[in-house]
Amino acid sequence: MRPGTGVVLLVEDEPTEVTLVQRAFRDLAIANPLECVHDGEAALLRLGIGQPSVPTLDVALVLLDLKLPKIHGLEVLRRIREDPRTHALRVVVLTSSFDDEERLATFELGGNSFIRKPMEWSRFAEAIRRVGLYWLLVDEGPPGA
Amino acid sequence: MSDGGLRILLVEDDLNDALLAERALSSCKPPPRLEIARDGQEALVCLGLDPPDGAPGDVTLVLLDLKLPKVSGLEVLRRIRADARTCTLRVVMLTSSAAEGDRREAFRLGANSFVRKPMDYVTFTETLRTIVHYWSSVDAGPPGLG
Repeated sequence: MRPGTGVVLLVEDEPTEVTLVQRAFRDLAIANPLECVHDGEAALLRLGIGQPSVPTLDVALVLLDLKLPKIHGLEVLRRIREDPRTHALRVVVLTSSFDDEERLATFELGGNSFIRKPMEWSRFAEAIRRVGLYWLLVDEGPPGA
Repeated sequence: MSDGGLRILLVEDDLNDALLAERALSSCKPPPRLEIARDGQEALVCLGLDPPDGAPGDVTLVLLDLKLPKVSGLEVLRRIRADARTCTLRVVMLTSSAAEGDRREAFRLGANSFVRKPMDYVTFTETLRTIVHYWSSVDAGPPGLG
């Protein structure tokens, strides 16, 4: 996968938040395509977890909310780490949760990073810019990312 | 965690790279606290992992080279993840290795991030500042970092 080509998969059920991330990506001219799914089950399906026939993963980074319909974000993370094809995938938890237990569980389950969504738009856009800069330009990722 | 609260353990055997990193980090505002270990064994001691019941330090971010004397960077990472006291510690591999196998293994063992050391000083400084800013101000880290 060449730089700037891997998909950023946003797992977020709240339409306003999806719009904010899409807007931040557009404003910052992040080259990677942004795809959105709206619940945990759809995320697992998109990542081909539990479907050995799905071809090579084209996702470079997952931005994962925690409070998701159908399957909770922490369970999505656990399943990502369990599957040999996705175990090294970079997962950044992006949540409004202030729950310390969830934060601890994120790191225990192997989440790469935990980010509290700022409430204010300008700070949210800046956080997304920093996430994009760090994970798509500074961090090398696993081979194939 | 609050900005400036970062306490970094830099594990780097190349004296020149360690000095460059020290200089780059000292220019961060506010500068993070920096401790340097010169080999993998020294890193394990700093983290309270050797002896296994050693006093755990208060490090909040490890910048870990791969090719280290005595104990390799990947083995240090494995030991960090295997100990309940350090299993959630944030570890950024900072290395000149371009080998895909190293990257694959680092993520498999639970590295949070893998950053290639830039060759020139200006880019190296910028990269270190970006790392410090991200892990101090964007990432919230596990609870209890103070």
